[in-house]
Amino acid sequence: MEQRYSRQILFSPIGTEGQRKLRQTHLLIIGAGALGTSIAEMFTRAGAGKITIADRDYVEWSNLQRQQLYTEEDAQNRTPKAIALKEKLEAINRDVRIEAHVTDVTPRILEEFVGGVDLMLDATDNFDIRMVMNDISQKHSIPWIYGAVVGSYGISYTIIPGETPCLHCMMEQIPLGGLTCDTAGIISPIVQLVTAHQAAEGLKILTGNRDALREKLISFDLWSNQYSSIDVQRLKNDSCSSCGASPSYPFLDYENQTRTAVLCGRDTVQIRPSSKHKPDLKRTAEDLSPLGEVEQNPFLLSFSTDANRLVLFQDGRVLVHGTSDVSEARSLYHRYFG
Amino acid sequence: MELLVNGTMMHLSDNIKTVSDVIDYFTADRPAVVVEHNGNILTKESHSTVNIKDGDKIELVNFVGGG
Ligand SMILES: [Zn+2]
Repeated sequence: MEQRYSRQILFSPIGTEGQRKLRQTHLLIIGAGALGTSIAEMFTRAGAGKITIADRDYVEWSNLQRQQLYTEEDAQNRTPKAIALKEKLEAINRDVRIEAHVTDVTPRILEEFVGGVDLMLDATDNFDIRMVMNDISQKHSIPWIYGAVVGSYGISYTIIPGETPCLHCMMEQIPLGGLTCDTAGIISPIVQLVTAHQAAEGLKILTGNRDALREKLISFDLWSNQYSSIDVQRLKNDSCSSCGASPSYPFLDYENQTRTAVLCGRDTVQIRPSSKHKPDLKRTAEDLSPLGEVEQNPFLLSFSTDANRLVLFQDGRVLVHGTSDVSEARSLYHRYFG
Repeated sequence: MELLVNGTMMHLSDNIKTVSDVIDYFTADRPAVVVEHNGNILTKESHSTVNIKDGDKIELVNFVGGG
């Protein structure tokens, strides 16, 4: 086989057969931030068949400290992350088909993306989308790998439908539903530790080595030097509405409630319009230019006033920067975008 | 009382009697945890009923969301 993969083929649990299997696979990576860029690079180099990437955001200067592959030029241009990542990955390995989507991930959109997908990798920054991924995983019987980071702390778990507990089973065991927005900052080594675990588990699944799966919930803190690995199998709940005997997939009904979302730790609110109407970016730029500073690239336009910045995407979504207040964000949205 | 918490031996006040007390003590600002006690994963209903004793081993795993 190609020299490119020779060291991976020499690794005996993968071998020629594992490499051949990997080339047939289709991965879906949700999120193209710190975790997503790292995972995507590993699977592109490893020689996956196809990688679909979905992300709703664009590259900013504050991303460059840890989100590998992005450059100053991407931050300068506010290139959507999915687009910037696709370009870099194609330069690394042209054999891998990369499909990039600049989009929010809703239940409906995820249903469209999962056709033919062998594995989903979690690189998102919020539990709303994870719970949707979790229900889709159960409904379509596709494994997915949870990963998350904050500060110097990271966590990961591999969810295999029909075998392990699902994320919903585990969330049910958390007191007070105490999931808060993480605003503690982050160092890049913890990203690599989590994605190393996600990618290793992914390689096992995609090369026919499920026997080697870890089966434990792991967490680590690289600053306080704590490592933990626990068996959570007992949390699998037969009456779970996502993975139990008669599932109702409650998080797939969630689409209609999510017209607005506060982006964690970002002082930003996302507004998704209810109509499917696609905006005319050029026309909107002309309309707004008397009212403030307008900058545009092929994927989005950025409009700044003294106090706020609003970014309009091709799919009609708007990110309102400079506020975490949903009603304030809504009123700014209506003032400028009707 | 001495407890092994996430691999580190900790000295805690004897006022700490149950797993719930341990959670409150260590995660006041971040209560999104699942707990393993002496190798057994606990459901949240048992946090307040499982008593701890000297030398117990506790793993607290925080569920975080960043990516
Ligand atoms: Zn479940």
